[in-house]
Parts: sequence; structure tokens; C-alpha cells
Amino acid sequence: MAVAKEIRTKIGSIRNTQKITKAMEMVAASKMRKAQDRMRAARPYAEKMRQVVSHLAMAHAEYHHPFMEVREVKRIGIVIVSSDRGLCGGLNANLFRTLLRFMKEKEEQGVGIDLVTIGSKAAGFFGRFGGNITGSVTHLGDTPHVTDLIGTIKVMLDAYNEGGIDELYLAFNVFVNSMTQRPTIERMLPLQPAEDEELRHHWDYIYEPEPKPVMDALLERYIESLAYQGVVENIACEMAARMVAMKSASDNAGKLIDELELIYNKARQAAITQEISEIVGGAAAV
Amino acid sequence: MAMTIHVDIVSAETEIFSGPAEMVFAPAVEGEVGIAPRHAPLLTRLKPGEVRIQTPEGEELSFYVSGGMLEVQPHVVTVLSDLAERAEDLDEAAALEAKRRAEEAMKDRSAEMDYAKAQAELAEAAAQLRAIERLRKRSGRSH
Repeated sequence: MAVAKEIRTKIGSIRNTQKITKAMEMVAASKMRKAQDRMRAARPYAEKMRQVVSHLAMAHAEYHHPFMEVREVKRIGIVIVSSDRGLCGGLNANLFRTLLRFMKEKEEQGVGIDLVTIGSKAAGFFGRFGGNITGSVTHLGDTPHVTDLIGTIKVMLDAYNEGGIDELYLAFNVFVNSMTQRPTIERMLPLQPAEDEELRHHWDYIYEPEPKPVMDALLERYIESLAYQGVVENIACEMAARMVAMKSASDNAGKLIDELELIYNKARQAAITQEISEIVGGAAAV
Repeated sequence: MAMTIHVDIVSAETEIFSGPAEMVFAPAVEGEVGIAPRHAPLLTRLKPGEVRIQTPEGEELSFYVSGGMLEVQPHVVTVLSDLAERAEDLDEAAALEAKRRAEEAMKDRSAEMDYAKAQAELAEAAAQLRAIERLRKRSGRSH
């Protein structure tokens, strides 16, 4: 019965794994809902911010902010948003693959690249394979705050202001729905102003105290809000991807258990048949 | 009916208030400003303090903001509230911290991107996934 016992232990261990993956699936599902709520809650600010910034782009200010100037591109910065933990299917791998293709293209054009990583998966990946990382933040948890991002974003904005980089991109996963997440690379700087017909005429804001500090503060917050939006969206993606991955893991475990049970029953049957034939054989010999 | 102006107060993580008002008071850096409908376009920074809104019903609502931005268009007032008090040196410290962490991640390796190696690993991961997929399909058919 040695074989039967071995199989029984295996079934037990798979059953335990299945319990864990099932629990993880349910946890991810509830976290995904919360992350979606946060994504929705952050939207009004981002929208208002976009409106104000597009108004600002339409205003005929005397002071032209460097964030609105298109420069010749010699070096770019990329803010990479990834998850802190694994077990979420191909989410990070897909993003990195898209990113590598993009970076290679840029590098072939003779454009240098600086990276800022958010989340330990990106830090780990680009830590292993090279890439000039100038800023990094990890372990934001499930409820990230804008304040956690200020430092990393400032590194890039400073570089942009000093002419270290000429364009800034944000790489993250867009939450399409719980089954689909799309890796996306978005340009944050220079700004792409939205056209608004109503404000075509010549006008400008009254700035208090001065245009420069007001615009600096506003645009800095705008970039931060974009990055925050990306991070929140990426967390929703992470949870959705984990939910799907864990669901298929639980299904696979169920299939394995079925198969093993069949083998176990066959082995048991074979052992009984053998015993009977041994007894019958023994009786016949006597 | 008295003229009203639409007010939106939002912070990066949530929407705080949205609705009409007869008058809005906000703590601008240069001193408190009162905004009535059809105010000229204004853009200013806010310091920590109270934003007060007089609603058409005659109520007065008040919200605390820890700084932020105020935008005024003739019929819309937008308050972009910060979540925490911001100071130049605090931001600077956060940036330095981010740089330090990056340096740690960069330790003992070159800044040159090793594309070949990176792509190889990603391809390997993808191949593993495909293999698992194939195995699953095959075992599915045998049933």
C-alpha cells in the first residue's frame, strides 16, 4: 500500500495549496474593488487639474513655463510603475517587455534614458539588467498616498528643469476591466495642451503673487497627480491580475486532485485484487 | 434668484465638495480672498486654512485645506487641495531619500542596460507560461 499512501499525501498537500490560492483569490477580489474605488475617487482631482492646466496653456502668459516647451530630445526620463509583490500573472513582465521595446527604440535613436522605479518589481528587474536608476520608491502598500510619490517625482522634475532630461514618460498598466490590463507608456512632459475653443480669445489670469511660483506649484502638482493616478490604476490591475492567476491556480489544483484520486483508487483496487489472488492462490496450493 | 458660481473642492485622493455658491472665501498666500460670481480669472496658491462657501440656501460651509491651488474662471471656482502641508525643504528631503534608494538599487552593477539578458529572461518566462498552457490543454484532452 506504499504507493497509495504516497498519493494520499500528495493529494493532501495539493488540497492545502488550493486552499491558499482560493483565499488569495478572494482577498485579491475584495482588494480590487477597493482599488477601483480609489481609482474613481482620484479621478475628479485629475480631471480638474487637467482642466486648469489646459486653461493655463490657453492663457497668454508673459512667463513661459519650461514644462510647456518642446525641446530637442537628447535624454528622456521614464517613471516605471510596478507591483511590489509577484503572483499576479504576466502583469509586470508584459509591462517590462513593452518598455524594453520602447527603450531599445529610443536608444537606437541615440537618446539616453534615466529611470525612476515605483514598486520593488521594477527596482529588482532594472537592478538586475542595468539602466540608470535615479530615483526609487517601494512598499507603497495597497493604499498609496500622493505624499509617498513626491520625492521620486521631484527627482525627475528637477532633472527636467536642469536640462538633464528633455521628455518624461510614465509607464504603467491601464485598467480596462478585471480580465484585461494594458501596458501603457504615456508622455507627461512636455505637456500636451487640450484645445478649448471657448478660450480662444486673448486673456490671462491674475496671478498671486507671481506667475512663476504659481505655475511651478500647479504644474508640479499636476505631474504628481498623473503619477498618483498611474499608481492607483496599477494597483487595481495588480489585484485583478492576481485574482485571475489565483483562480486558474485553484482550478488547476482541482484538476490535479481529480486525476490523483483516480490513480489512488486504481492503486487501491489493484492492491485488493492482488491480495485476493494471493489468498486464492495460497488456498489452491494447500 | 441671486447669481451663483460653481465650486469644486477636490484633493488628489477624493472629491470633497461640488455645488453652487454665492460667495467663496479662501486663504490665499497673499491674504484671504473672497470670490463672487463673475470674478476675473485668477490663479493663486493657498496656505493652510479654511475655505468657506456661502450656499444659495444661505448656509455657510467650511472646509479645512492644508494648502493647494485656487483657480477662478468667471463661473467656476476650483480648489485643488493638498493632502499634507508641503514645504520646499521637506520635498527636497523626500527627493534625496528617493535618490539614496536608487543608488542602493544600482550598487555593484553598471548603468548600461543589458537588453539581451533582460529580453532573454522575459522570453524564458513567457516560454514557461506557454509550456504550462500546452500541458494543461493536453491533460484536458486526455480526459
